[in-house]
Amino acid sequence: MAVKQFPVEASHILMFARSVGDDNKVYSDADYAKRTEAGSIIAPPTFAQASAQFDPDYFLRPKIGQPWFGSGKNPTGAAPRGGGGGGGGGGGGLHAEQHFEYHRHLKPGDVLTATTLPGKTWEKEGKRSGKLVFSENVTEYRDQNGELVITARGVGVRTERPVDQKTEA
Amino acid sequence: MALSASKLKVGETHSAQIVDDLKRTQIVQYAGSSGDYNPLHTDEIFTTKVAGYPSVFAHGMLTMGMTGKMLTDYVGDARLTKYGVRFTSQVWPGDTLEATATVKEVGDGRALFDVETKNQNGVVVLSGYAEARVDP
Repeated sequence: MAVKQFPVEASHILMFARSVGDDNKVYSDADYAKRTEAGSIIAPPTFAQASAQFDPDYFLRPKIGQPWFGSGKNPTGAAPRGGGGGGGGGGGGLHAEQHFEYHRHLKPGDVLTATTLPGKTWEKEGKRSGKLVFSENVTEYRDQNGELVITARGVGVRTERPVDQKTEA
Repeated sequence: MALSASKLKVGETHSAQIVDDLKRTQIVQYAGSSGDYNPLHTDEIFTTKVAGYPSVFAHGMLTMGMTGKMLTDYVGDARLTKYGVRFTSQVWPGDTLEATATVKEVGDGRALFDVETKNQNGVVVLSGYAEARVDP
């Protein structure tokens, strides 16, 4: 992933906070936020993930004029990408891990760039989904001054088959 | 409302219910705000007939985001320095989740926490850590 311009905007932060069920006014009320330690509206801790909105090639967003693998007339509109069996049927496998390191918190007006470098890949035999293939990537978010603001590390996993459901602890 | 190192004790916990009876609509909301439109999260027909799951399920990042509210309510605004998780089990519509932070280490202006979120059956759905700046 490479994102050339991720403008951090107050309305996007508001919608993101709502979607994770967080009504803290530091995410929505500028006057309130000014009086907090944050000093202004800030973004919730997982907001950087919404950089997907600004990645022109992000494959989990329908693109105008291109086939989309979700249902329409038929259960799927296109062959899922990359194979990998049922669990990977979503096209990108499943999200296994996510880590953030905050050098400072994002606020409206920031304009970020994000550069992602692939990390290591490894395999494991899973009890609930067959062979698992893990792959890691590291994304550096820099602000308008070129300062590193967030370092993110994600791990994705492709499964051989859909994950068996565990219903009890 | 920030935490104070002198008052934190290793092993003490803070818990919060982060969602009660998760609705499909909230998953749709998260798809829209995050930009992750993977049909596995919002498209029941695709998910059951093509991907082979019993129903749509939440984005791992939605669970991480909701768990983040428990954390920031606890450690204070703009205080988190690290937050990382593993997604250990899927979260389904109808799930009720409880998130817990446990003090692991305190020192040097920072506190470290173990973070865990469980569903209504006691299954751990998210497991990780957080680090926050704390007052003396």
